[in-house]
Amino acid sequence: MELAAILTLDVLNGVASLILLCTGLAIIFGMMRIINLAHGEFLMLGAYATVVSANAGVNIWVAMLVVAPLFVGAVSLVVERCLIRFLYGRLVDTMLATWGLSLFIVGLVTTIYGNTIQGVPTPLGGFSIGAYRSSLYTLFLVAMAALLLAAVWAVLRYTRLGLIARATMQNPNMAAALGVSPNRVYMATFAVGAAITGLAGGLLAPVSGVVPTMGAAYVAKAFITVVGGGSAILAGTASAAGLFGFINQMAAYLTTPVFGEVTLFVSAIILIRVLPQGISGRFFGRSL
Amino acid sequence: MRISRRDVLKTTALSAAGLLASPAILRHGALGADDPILVGSLHDQSGPIAATGVPMVASLQLAIEEANAAGGLLGRPLKLVHYDTQSTIQMYSQYAQQLALKDKVAIVHGGITSASREAIRPIFDRFKVLYFYNTLYEGGVCDRNIFCTGTTPAQTVEKLVPSAMKDWGKKAYIIAADYNYGQITAKWMTKYVQDNGGEILSTDFFPLDVTNFGPTISKIQAAKPDIILSALVGGNHTAFYRQWASAGMKKEIPIASTTFGLVNEQTTLDAQESDGVLAAYGYFEELTTPASTTYLKKLKDKFGADIPYISEIAAATYEGFYLWLAGAKAAGSLDRMKVIEALESGISFDGPTGKVVLDHATHHATRNAYLGSVKDRHFSVVATYEQQPPSDTAAVCNLIDKPTDNQQYVIKV
Repeated sequence: MELAAILTLDVLNGVASLILLCTGLAIIFGMMRIINLAHGEFLMLGAYATVVSANAGVNIWVAMLVVAPLFVGAVSLVVERCLIRFLYGRLVDTMLATWGLSLFIVGLVTTIYGNTIQGVPTPLGGFSIGAYRSSLYTLFLVAMAALLLAAVWAVLRYTRLGLIARATMQNPNMAAALGVSPNRVYMATFAVGAAITGLAGGLLAPVSGVVPTMGAAYVAKAFITVVGGGSAILAGTASAAGLFGFINQMAAYLTTPVFGEVTLFVSAIILIRVLPQGISGRFFGRSL
Repeated sequence: MRISRRDVLKTTALSAAGLLASPAILRHGALGADDPILVGSLHDQSGPIAATGVPMVASLQLAIEEANAAGGLLGRPLKLVHYDTQSTIQMYSQYAQQLALKDKVAIVHGGITSASREAIRPIFDRFKVLYFYNTLYEGGVCDRNIFCTGTTPAQTVEKLVPSAMKDWGKKAYIIAADYNYGQITAKWMTKYVQDNGGEILSTDFFPLDVTNFGPTISKIQAAKPDIILSALVGGNHTAFYRQWASAGMKKEIPIASTTFGLVNEQTTLDAQESDGVLAAYGYFEELTTPASTTYLKKLKDKFGADIPYISEIAAATYEGFYLWLAGAKAAGSLDRMKVIEALESGISFDGPTGKVVLDHATHHATRNAYLGSVKDRHFSVVATYEQQPPSDTAAVCNLIDKPTDNQQYVIKV
């Protein structure tokens, strides 16, 4: 029973990390058709923003929840204006450009902060379930992931902003004819997607080793989850994150961490083979 | 443009003087009397392994500067030819060929991971360039063209495991990085635990990009070991110590590690995440012997106080250079075979880690080993083991009897 509880927590932790990792990417990729290969580096920037500001004396919660998303959002505005806006509709070109961008960001951060591992201690401490112990921060991550999904859903579903964004993604020309400037919507969407990624980086900073190259460890999983999820940003991401998080964590527990990773990638391949449009292409076709 | 008569005279005079002097300049270069002796270096200065590579090159630069100030080698100055291998094996192969064929260096110091060493070792064998590998590694390399000056498991793991078991208990759980270093080190850990009457509950390997250790932490709790033996490597794996501490496990089960500190874990983790972690190496920056403090002071003076933590790897690189220098001086020549023979004659050097002696049979080093425990984000040295021989490699490799041997043995443990 205790073991079941702790395993559930592990699975929830895996799912929550995937949701945090992927939501920003899903918005940028799903809504704008930009393959952002610098996704991992946005994450890394969020983590650095948290670590640097926390070490400079900013409250750790402020550093994670405010500084990280704002900083990465601001960086992404610059990136969008200088680079991405020339590439809308050119899927392959965005890949090349953002890959170059990712190398640039890694190089820049290495130059400034060096290659050594940075970090902040994990806040909150632990708790025990019977003979097992786990960290309260895990629960916090799960709560944040749920909150993030709810917030994105509410914005897209109930606000005028969300309506305009969805309309622009569906048919930019018609939206423009109705007086919306697609350019500005794209810009805002890109910034919001990046800010969410920055938030994820901030939240993961206390439980990971922060180095300039850390993005690489996350980016493959993020893309697999988004592609596996399919076109519905929220339903797709949540269902794919749930599935892959469960598979990865359970396989890692039951076999070894090596097979945990292998099983994750194999199941992703099978999923894409069976459902080429992703989970939401088949099951939640009309939802967000 | 106006050209005055004075200008014309000046340039003509200068070029005439240059022309007259040129045979002397050319011949001087060709004979190479004052030509620097080139010391090759292949270390990662960028990419994931750079944190380890940067202090190694700093040590090498310092050592060369000192050697030049002391009159160089065979009356000639020494010069470093360094290439950044960018944490990429392909770069290692490429630059190794460049050092051997284009730069024609007298010696190469380099290689960090075992994979990088095995990529370049055959190249230096083929082009007959003497090669020093100064990193601690899993042991077993047997090749007359290479000298391995870092520690091997018999020097460190053998001390670490019994000490941890004596203090904490007999049931161990091994977590290690999933590549040859981690796999082989895990075997050594198993051997020493069993030799000391202990038991291994489980051994888990982690690919280098694993960042979520939740399931492992649950598994460890289910197994209830007395000790964790860790050979985790690199930035992503640092996450383990954080997640371990945040689950409140640090007070419950202590950790002993063969890798903790190599990428500066003790200063990047919070004190409460790292206090009490036990590690064994050939060197700790905190060592207070005069040789150690002088070496550290020189590095800090030259490269600034914010140079990364100086671990065994940097200190062994410094000593590796001096061992080679002593060998070349004893040989009185740069000829590869003469230098090798001189190095095999029992060359030693008193460096920051203590006395280091090259062993003829294995081409490895007999050196001191130290046991350190993390306290308040620094190591405190808790035990010293003088003059430990590379007995693991010695069990499989004897270059006195079989000088043409050339392979890396996987030592059966």
